[in-house]
Amino acid sequence: MNFKGRNIVSITDLSREEIEYILKVAKDMRPFHDGGKVSKSLEGKILATFFFEPSTRTRLSFETAMFRLGGNVIGFSDISATSVKKGETLADTIRMGDAYADAVVLRHPNEGSARLAAQFSTKPVINGGDGAGQHPTQTLLDLFTIQSEKGNIDGNHIALVGDLKYGRTVHSLAEALMHFDVKLTFVAPKQLQMPKEVVEHVRASGLELDVCDDLGKVADVADILYVTRIQKERFVDVEEYRKVANIFRVDMELLESTKDDLVIMHPLPRVDEIAPEVDKSQKAAYFRQANNGVLVRMALLQLVLTGVGL
Amino acid sequence: MKVRRIKNGTVIDHITSGMALRVVDILGLGSHNESILSIVMNVPTGNGGTKDIVKVENRELKKSEVDRIALIAPEATINLIRFSKVTNKLTVELPEEVHAIVECKNKNCITNQHEPVEHWFSVISREPLRLQCKYCEREAEDIASCLI
Repeated sequence: MNFKGRNIVSITDLSREEIEYILKVAKDMRPFHDGGKVSKSLEGKILATFFFEPSTRTRLSFETAMFRLGGNVIGFSDISATSVKKGETLADTIRMGDAYADAVVLRHPNEGSARLAAQFSTKPVINGGDGAGQHPTQTLLDLFTIQSEKGNIDGNHIALVGDLKYGRTVHSLAEALMHFDVKLTFVAPKQLQMPKEVVEHVRASGLELDVCDDLGKVADVADILYVTRIQKERFVDVEEYRKVANIFRVDMELLESTKDDLVIMHPLPRVDEIAPEVDKSQKAAYFRQANNGVLVRMALLQLVLTGVGL
Repeated sequence: MKVRRIKNGTVIDHITSGMALRVVDILGLGSHNESILSIVMNVPTGNGGTKDIVKVENRELKKSEVDRIALIAPEATINLIRFSKVTNKLTVELPEEVHAIVECKNKNCITNQHEPVEHWFSVISREPLRLQCKYCEREAEDIASCLI
C-alpha cells in the first residue's frame, strides 16, 4: 500500500484496508511522540500549513507531528497578512505552497476547497477541514481513538450526540464507520438531526441504525458516546439556538447509568455539553483523543512524504 | 416537414419537448457556431406526444459531445448524415462524470467562489438520476433547475 504523494481530501476516498493501515502506522508513532524516541525521517522536508480559518488542535498537532519527525513548517493562520487579502485565488495560493513546500495542509471555509487544492498542487494536499464538509484527519483520529480505547472498532455500539446537522466530524465519522461492523445511534434534537442523505447512506450500508432525540435512552447501552457541541454560529435566530443549546449534557449523574467501560469522545472544543467534573472519569477519552491527533498526523505525513511507516 | 432535409451533418431527434434550445446551448451550437442550424419544436409524434428536433448542417457531432445532453434529453437519437443518407445512428448515454453542465447550488462550495474551476459532478445513480458535486460532495437537488 503506497501513500507516497497521495492527497488526503475526503474520508470517502479511503478503503477499510487503507484506514487500518494508517491506524497501524499511527500506533507505531507513539514512542516517537511521547516515549522519548527520536526520528529524523522527515528531515529536510517542509510542510506548508495554510489555515484560512482559526484552529487550535488541527494546526498545532500537524506542526507538532512534522517537528516530531524532524521536518520543518511554514504557513499562516491569519489571512490578513497574506495576498489572500488582495484577492488572490485559492488556486494561486496553493501554487505557492506547491512551489515552496513538500506537502500542504489546508483549512478553508469553503466546502470542496481541498479537492480544488489537490487539483492545483503537484505535492500532496491534506484536508485540515473544508467548511461544513470533510475533515478526514479528525475522522482518522476518531477511529484511532475508538480502536485504542476499545481494542477494536468492530462490535461497538456508537452513539453520535449533539449537532449532527452541521457538525462535519459526525458526517465523516458516520461515513467511515460504514466500513466497520458497528451499531449506530444518532441522538439529536429534530432540527439538528443527521442529514437525510447520511441516514439513507448508513441504512443502505446494512448497519443497524437508530435515530432518536433522547440521550437517556441510549446512554446506558452505548459503548461509545461521541458528543458534539451545538454550534451557536450556525444559527441565524438566537432564540432557536437557546431552545437546543443545553438539551444534552453529559454529567456525573448520567454517567452512573452507563456501562463501566463506556468511552466518551468529543472533537473539542466543548462548551456546556460535557460537565467539567466528567474530565476526571476514566470514561472521558476526549483529551486522549486530541493527543491521538498528533499520532495520526505523524502517520499521514510520514506516509504521503515517504510512502513507508517508521 | 417544415424544415428541409440536410445533405451533410447531424440530426438530433426525439429531444424532450421544449428542450431544443437548451440542447443547442449545451452543445455550443449557438451564436459562435458557423453551421446552419434548424430548430423545430413541439413536433407531433406518432403516439400523440410532441418532440423537438435540431439539425446541424455540415458538422458531425462526436459521441462525447452528444452525451452531454443526456441529462435533459435522455431519449434523444443522433443521426449522422452524409450525402443525404443516414450513415450512423447513435443514442445518448449518460457519462460517469458531468462537466460544466450542472451547477452546484451550495453557495459555500468552492466552485461558487470565483476560482478557476468548472462545476464537476459524479453520476452516483442513473435510475433515479442522482448527481454529486465532486468538490463539496453535496447532491444536486432538482437537477433541471441546476442546469447551467
